[in-house]
Amino acid sequence: MAMTATRALHTAGTPQPKRRFSMWHLVLAPIALLFVIPFAQMLMASLSPAEELVKFPPPFIPSRITFDGFVALFTTTDAVRWLMNSTIVSVVSIVAHVVLCSLAGYGFARLQFRGRNVGFFLIVATIMIPTQLLMIPTYIMFSKLGLVNTLAAAFVPWLASAFGIFLMRQFFLSIPAEVEEAASLDGANRLQIFLRVVLPLARPAMATLAIFTLLSSWNDLIWPLIAINDDNWFTVQLGIANFQGTRRTQWSC
Amino acid sequence: MATITETPRTRGAEAGGTPRGSSPDTRAGSRKRRGLGNLTGWAFVAPAMVIILGLSIFPAVWAFILSLQKWNGFAPPKFVGGNNYGKLLSDEEFWAAVSHTGLYVLLFVPASVLLGLFLAVALNRDIPLIGLYRTAIFVPFVASAAATGILSTYLFSPQFGLANNVLRSLGLPAQHWLEDPNQAMLVIAIMSLWGQAAFTTVIYLAALQDVPTDLLEAARIDGANRWQTFWRIVWPQLSPVTVFVTIWQVIGALQLFDLVYTTTRGGPLDATKTIVYYLWEKAFKALDFGGGSAAAYVLFAVTLVITIGMVLYARSRKLEAF
Repeated sequence: MAMTATRALHTAGTPQPKRRFSMWHLVLAPIALLFVIPFAQMLMASLSPAEELVKFPPPFIPSRITFDGFVALFTTTDAVRWLMNSTIVSVVSIVAHVVLCSLAGYGFARLQFRGRNVGFFLIVATIMIPTQLLMIPTYIMFSKLGLVNTLAAAFVPWLASAFGIFLMRQFFLSIPAEVEEAASLDGANRLQIFLRVVLPLARPAMATLAIFTLLSSWNDLIWPLIAINDDNWFTVQLGIANFQGTRRTQWSC
Repeated sequence: MATITETPRTRGAEAGGTPRGSSPDTRAGSRKRRGLGNLTGWAFVAPAMVIILGLSIFPAVWAFILSLQKWNGFAPPKFVGGNNYGKLLSDEEFWAAVSHTGLYVLLFVPASVLLGLFLAVALNRDIPLIGLYRTAIFVPFVASAAATGILSTYLFSPQFGLANNVLRSLGLPAQHWLEDPNQAMLVIAIMSLWGQAAFTTVIYLAALQDVPTDLLEAARIDGANRWQTFWRIVWPQLSPVTVFVTIWQVIGALQLFDLVYTTTRGGPLDATKTIVYYLWEKAFKALDFGGGSAAAYVLFAVTLVITIGMVLYARSRKLEAF
C-alpha cells in the first residue's frame, strides 16, 4: 500500500522519462551501505579465525572462513538455553497479549456496560507512566510472590498492554456494526459474534500486535536484568549482555 | 457458522444483553438484561484490566510511598518524608547523570529527527533498488540493544575496531571512542541513531504520502523549484509530525539505559551514566529503594514538564500537534 501511494505521489509530482538514472542513487547507496556495514562486519568477525580478531592492525577481510565461533557459542555457552527461555517468554507474551487485548479492545469498542468509559480512561492514562517508575515496586511485588528468578518474571509484564487494548479497540471500531447486527439477528450471542465474526476480520490488527509484542518482549533488557539473576533463566538478551569482552556473536534479533 | 444457527434464539437474545433484543421489555427483564450486559462487558475487559492496572497504577502509587521511605528491602521501612528527594537534589552524582542525559538528548534527538526526515524524502520515490535501500535502513531497527551494544564495542574498539581501522588507513589518528570520556556518549548516540533511524523515517514517510498532491502541483505551476516546494509547502505540512516525533524521541532519549549497560556500563569515569542508569544502580545495586523511587519520580516529573513545555511551544507557534 505504501509503495503504491509513493508511486502515485511521484508520478503526479514529477513526470519524468522512465528508466533515467536517478541522482538519488548516489545518496541512497552510500547510506544503505553505512547501515549494512555493522552487520556485515559482525558476520565477518563471527566467521573469521580467533587469532585474526586480535591481530594488529586488524585485517578488513578474514583470510579464511571458519565456523569455530558458532561451534564455541553453542558448546561452551548456554546459548541454546537462553534461546529456549526467550522463545518461551515471547510465545507466552504474544498469545496472552493477543487474546487479552482483543477481548478487552472489543469490550471497550462495542459492549455497553457500567464503568466502561472510566475503565478505558484509566487504561489509556497508564500509557503516560514510564516503566522506570514501576520497576522497583514491581520487583518487590514479584519477589513477594516468588516470581523473581523464574521465567514468569520475564513474561508477566508483557501479558497485556494499554497500547494493545487501544490498538485493538480502534480496529474494532472500524468494523461496520451491521456485520455484528446480522450475526445477532441470526441468533449468535456476544461471545459467538466475537469469536466467529469479529475476530476473523481482525487478523491484520492481531498480526500487528503480535509483531510488536514479539519485538518488545524478545528485545527487553532492563526488566529481565532486574528480575532474573539465575543464569538458568537468562533470556538471550541477558546472555549477550553478559558476554565479557568481545566474544564473537552473530545473531542480532 | 454451524453453531450459530444451532443456538436457540432466546438464549442468544438473553445473553447478548443488547438493546436490540426482541423479548418483551418489562422493567424487571430490562434490569436483568442490563445486569447481564454489565457482566458480559466486564468479563471481556477485566482480565486485561487487572493485569495492566495491577502492574502500573498500583506500583506507581507504591513507588510514591516508597520514595518517602528509607528501605533496603530487609529492615523495616522507615518514613522519612521528603528526605530522599532532598538527598537526591543535593547529590552531585545525580546532577552529573542529568547532564549526561541532557548531552545525549541534544546529540540524539535533533540528529534522529533530521536524519529521519532526510531518509524519508530520499526513500519516497519510485526508483530501482528502492526496496533494497529501505530494507537496509529498516533492518537495524529490530536489532536488540544487547546486540547493538556488542556491535558498538566491536566496531569502536580502539585496537581492533573497524572505525579506527578506517581512520588508520586514511592516515588519520586513531581515537579511543568508548574508552574516552569525551567521545563515549557520541558513540552511543551514533549507534542509537543507526538502530532507530527507521522509526522517524517510517513516520515521516507516512506523513509525506499524506501531503496533498494538488498543493505540490499548484506550487509547481506557480514556478516553485523543488527546494522551494519542499521548504514552503511540504515542511509546513509535516510540522505536526515533527512536533510528535520530537516529543517522542525526547521521552525515549531521557530513558536511555540499555545501550549504556551493554557498552560502557556507565563508564569511562561515569561519563555515560544516565538518569535511568543512576536510578538502577541506586535501587538494585545499592538497594536504596526509597532513593531509587525518588529518582524515578523526578525523572517522571522532568519528562512531564518537558513534554508539556514542548506541546505549549508548538501551540504558541500555531502548530497542531495533538
